[in-house]
Amino acid sequence: MVKKLKLIDSKGLRMDGRKPDELRPIKIEAGVLKRADGSAYLEWGKNKVMAGVYGPRECHPRHMQNPAKAIVRCRYNMVSFSVDDRKRPGPDRRSTEISKVAGEAFSSVVFGEQFPRTSIDVFIEILQADAGTRCAGITAASVALADAGIPMRDLVAACAFGKVQGKMVLDLDKEEDNYGEADVPLAIIPRTEEIVLLQMDGSLTTKELQQGLKTGIDACKQIYQIQKEALKRRYAVILEEEETTEGDA
Amino acid sequence: MDTPVKREVVVPGDILDGDGLKPGAGTFSDEGHIYASLLGIRNEQSGYVNVIPLGGRYIPRPGDAVIGKVVDVGSSYWLVDLNSPYPAPLRVNEVPWRVDFGDTARYMDIEDTILAKVLDVDETRRVSLSMKDQTSRKLTDGQIVEISHAKVPRVIGKKGSMIDLIETYTKCRMFVAQNGRIWIDGEMEDMINAVAAVRMIEEQAQVMGLTEAVRSYLEGIYGKKE
Repeated sequence: MVKKLKLIDSKGLRMDGRKPDELRPIKIEAGVLKRADGSAYLEWGKNKVMAGVYGPRECHPRHMQNPAKAIVRCRYNMVSFSVDDRKRPGPDRRSTEISKVAGEAFSSVVFGEQFPRTSIDVFIEILQADAGTRCAGITAASVALADAGIPMRDLVAACAFGKVQGKMVLDLDKEEDNYGEADVPLAIIPRTEEIVLLQMDGSLTTKELQQGLKTGIDACKQIYQIQKEALKRRYAVILEEEETTEGDA
Repeated sequence: MDTPVKREVVVPGDILDGDGLKPGAGTFSDEGHIYASLLGIRNEQSGYVNVIPLGGRYIPRPGDAVIGKVVDVGSSYWLVDLNSPYPAPLRVNEVPWRVDFGDTARYMDIEDTILAKVLDVDETRRVSLSMKDQTSRKLTDGQIVEISHAKVPRVIGKKGSMIDLIETYTKCRMFVAQNGRIWIDGEMEDMINAVAAVRMIEEQAQVMGLTEAVRSYLEGIYGKKE
């Protein structure tokens, strides 16, 4: 038997040197794609995610149209070279599920009533995966949605927490996810702390879940700040030079 | 005119509260506070706080002058694309010609470009167009440039100053439609310069003193004018 992987050392630090409640470094850039209405690129530790948003646009097929509001459609996809073994391209059980739950998370923040009968299409491409890709994808896509000029209640921020070797930790990486006891992705509306996505792989006690939720929500708020900065940075250069009043329409 | 204040970029969910301000366009209120719903620039005007969008799709409003492309022809209507999420039908009784039933394609066919007015937009966002006014017509010459509809006010300029500037230098005829399409007609070389000027405005839409920058650009090509 191979010696068991030591995920948390004697000092309480994790394999990559992080503290239990420490996030991996996150970098977001908004507006990276020219053809999409809105886009964002995100690096979250070793995860690399590209998100693109189209719409609101005329909804096809027509039977999916909602006469009262816009529908939000989401596609989560891992590219074939995103993981160690080549991922067989195309939708599978896992990505279909993630697409569904991510789309539902976005529907809860988008003011769809302003665009009846249209669709807002969100595309999340995982270029490189290292656990926590659904959270990374949601975080990137919500920046892309704002970049597309879609009216929203708030951005959606997402982060995972879990249990590794009996300890509650934040933002699991690949080894921790594979050999840990639980992984709980969480997405919230940071302003109101409403939960828009919560899933669990593994098992936790009620107490552990509550403790994890607390740290998870705090982490999401940190991520929220990074998202906001990314969006503001895109227009920062312009702002410095600007003082004049706008011309009339 | 509003007083030039510091322009602040806001993102969805940003709080916009202020003394006695009411929520305006691009905002929403929740539990007594006002929040931004769009990515844009904060703007206060006559007691309302608004967010001027930096992007987004064009949503037709009644009275807008628009440039559309005919995408489908029915026996009593044309279906027009306005670069918005909604297709806009133009019915035969809203055109200045007498069109017999089933004879629509003789007047306008697919791929034709028209200048029209948005007649009405109902609550389910069903759009209808009209060509029964002075400015509306079929566009036969010239070319179309597409920009973001959020940048249309910049291309027009204060009281049309920007558009006048480009027109006097390039001697082109231009029309800026609300849906972000710009029609330009003139000599080939002048049109190229006019398009370049429009692209310049598009890229530097938020820059201060843009009119002067465009003027010096055009002066560089055509020499000084009075």
